[in-house]
Amino acid sequence: MKDNVVLTMRGICMTFPGVKALQDVDLTLYKGEIHALMGENGAGKSTLIKCLTGINNFEAGEIRLDGIDGPIRNRSTLDAQKKGISTVYQEVNLCPNLSVAENLYIGREPMTKFHTIDRKAMVEGAKRIMADLDFDIDVTQNLENYSLALQQMIAIARAVDMDCKVLILDEPTSSLDDNEVEKLFGLMRRLRDEGVSIVFVTHFLEQVYAVCDRITVLRNGQLVGEYPITELPRVKLVAAMMGKDFDDLADIKPEGGNDLSNAEMMIDAKGLSHKGTIKPFDLEIRKGEVVGLTGLLGSGRSELARAIYGADKAQTGTLKVKGEEVKINAPIDAMNLGMGLLPDDRKAEGIIADLSVRENIILALQAKRGMGHLLSRAEQEKLADEYIETLQIKTASKETLIKQLSGGNQQKVILARWLATDPDFLILDEPTRGIDVGTKTEIQKLVIQLAQEGKSLIFISSEIEEMLRTCNRLAVLRDGAKIGELDGELTQERVMAAIAGGGDSE
Amino acid sequence: MKKPENAVKERRQLNGNTLLLLITIALFIVMYAVGCVIYAGKGFTHLQNFLNILITNAGLLCVACGMTCVMLTGGIDISVGALIAMDCMLLAVGMSEWGMNPILLCILVLVIGVVFGMFQGFCVGYLEIQPFIVSMAGMFFCRGMTAVISTDQVSVPSDSLFYTWANAKITLPFGGYYNKKGILQVPYIRVGVVIALAVLVIIFLVLRYTKFGRSLYAVGGSEQSAAMMGLDVKKTKMEAYVLSSFLCSIGGICYCLNTMAGSVSQATGLEMDAIASSVIGGTLLTGGVGNVIGSFFGVLINGTISSLVKTNGKLLSSWANIATAALLCFFIVLQSVFALLKDRKK
Repeated sequence: MKDNVVLTMRGICMTFPGVKALQDVDLTLYKGEIHALMGENGAGKSTLIKCLTGINNFEAGEIRLDGIDGPIRNRSTLDAQKKGISTVYQEVNLCPNLSVAENLYIGREPMTKFHTIDRKAMVEGAKRIMADLDFDIDVTQNLENYSLALQQMIAIARAVDMDCKVLILDEPTSSLDDNEVEKLFGLMRRLRDEGVSIVFVTHFLEQVYAVCDRITVLRNGQLVGEYPITELPRVKLVAAMMGKDFDDLADIKPEGGNDLSNAEMMIDAKGLSHKGTIKPFDLEIRKGEVVGLTGLLGSGRSELARAIYGADKAQTGTLKVKGEEVKINAPIDAMNLGMGLLPDDRKAEGIIADLSVRENIILALQAKRGMGHLLSRAEQEKLADEYIETLQIKTASKETLIKQLSGGNQQKVILARWLATDPDFLILDEPTRGIDVGTKTEIQKLVIQLAQEGKSLIFISSEIEEMLRTCNRLAVLRDGAKIGELDGELTQERVMAAIAGGGDSE
Repeated sequence: MKKPENAVKERRQLNGNTLLLLITIALFIVMYAVGCVIYAGKGFTHLQNFLNILITNAGLLCVACGMTCVMLTGGIDISVGALIAMDCMLLAVGMSEWGMNPILLCILVLVIGVVFGMFQGFCVGYLEIQPFIVSMAGMFFCRGMTAVISTDQVSVPSDSLFYTWANAKITLPFGGYYNKKGILQVPYIRVGVVIALAVLVIIFLVLRYTKFGRSLYAVGGSEQSAAMMGLDVKKTKMEAYVLSSFLCSIGGICYCLNTMAGSVSQATGLEMDAIASSVIGGTLLTGGVGNVIGSFFGVLINGTISSLVKTNGKLLSSWANIATAALLCFFIVLQSVFALLKDRKK
């Protein structure tokens, strides 16, 4: 196998204004392997991949591809595709307004002899591709009619069908449920056996061990090492990524036993619902309590939170905040009652990419105060400095544009935005998704600290372990309805059983 | 074939965009039928009345086709009205004062259109300037150039070849009727209509069956995705503006064939009519959705409104604008209702 090197990247260097994004990074890819590229956010994984696919113009180093003499340098994704390097990104990069078939074939449509697109052949081909992956869908429908997970699979199907030698999967599993992940893995293994080399970027450690053959670890833009999977157990992988031994994760469980049953009632929802998203539910949250919402992806976790917050206006039921009945018609009402919501889709609903860190932080506070009471520049800077300090946001300065920050740090900025409004009640929807282990722990710690300061929180996460560490109580959701609550001694087994519909739920 | 294990439920439903198009077509039919009933005595029922709408709006149809292409990419081109004025002025002055050959002049007009479009497209595509600003500059430029060429109302000389083209009647083999004097009235169209309909058909085919056409949709749907999928977004955008200006120049010739004159204030607001026609025809300003069949009916609706107002004879012609405004509102509201419904479903 050692002779079958498909791709080598040697001594890649790349600098962004003020940041050395990559220093002397190597990557070697063999024919027919699944190679994990690991590292915390900001470690340079995406940058490295962008150097390979022609989006970033690296400054030094060389890339060699099997079958091509001399070093290559791709000038565009198209360029890379032509050489057999395809990429599927974390965000679905397809066109929602085109049919599935067109999305599979755009840029390389089958042509008739009149140099027009052969739509019939395209639909036939698309049907065949999707049937190969065991998906039975109508390929003539627009992509937007399908779920995000399916769109992701279609994106992969497209890349796979392009006769690629090197397939890069950049966080492809973030929006897939377990069943779909398994399906993707099946596909990856099959492709590997067919001789495709796959670079797999993910944050889920389990997934790395499930499918990968070798691992390359990056840290702070530098190469830590390249290991066969069998020689790098999980703990060592985490240690390599973090650059230190890491047993911090286990230590942050809140001091158990503090009884909150007499604490002031913060949120008391009775029979709230939003048609089509969440069936009527009751939920009580006391001061200083962290309530987790758990359930499968799409079970209504975010929707429940949105109904409380007024992002989806509740159509039935009553809501009491601190004992008083309130009517929330829109998020601004909720904000004025001291609530905050950190949405799960930080790209679309959270960050404003072209504003600076400072501006992103003060946004919610300014909106709450109203435009008549402008925050002075000095106040803004003070706030920004304060939160960059306390949340340890890694940014060149407070005037850096937020889009230049890594995902985890962007998330911290959004968190800072809500903390700045000094909320009594904060909803965190997947605050740790797509961010690295270290930042995850910091955010978990912060949640617990906030609760100890007397704030109430709703915490939504797909990782049960994380919920167990941070939450006092869990509400379990299934199919758009709250089906029960778990408190007392929370264990993974109990939660799984409740989600799956075991006897532990009420 | 083995049964797929997790068959995803097929969603066979009327696509919201198709529904919008059907509503547009239905609206046109209803509007025209109402006109036929109310103004039956004033010749509204005759085929020729419908053909006249086509004759009057041949130029607008060409422009609307180009506008739709630009709007599909999420852009806009407000220079088209002024470009038409410049084209007409060039044609009229060229023939009457410079004594140029009309064929040569038409080619010149088309070349100017392409060059103008390349400049605008370069600014939008490669320099990433807002299309509104770019085409607004284009609009001022063309309007200004029109006045530089001549500030007079210039007519196309009646002895020119162009004049012959303009007055050529292409008779249809059906739909004739005998008027009160018992003379057979054969319905006819003009050269401009043939050109405009050819443009319509070609653009329809281009949008549906060529890589360029589909790229327009892809760019409008998601620029980033289109780039990621290996499409040349900048080039596609530039080409859209070149196409728009080129079609606009064809439209300018059609327009001139109809008006036979050039003047500085000609075709003012035509760009807005073109945008309105596209929107009424189901093109989204945000890009990615729409097609020229819709825009064709948008133009017809536009023409029918003016025709109704004109036939009435007593109404102020501004009522046509008010009716267009109402329709635009109706369709924009409809579009966003559909978009909301779609979101709701998810």
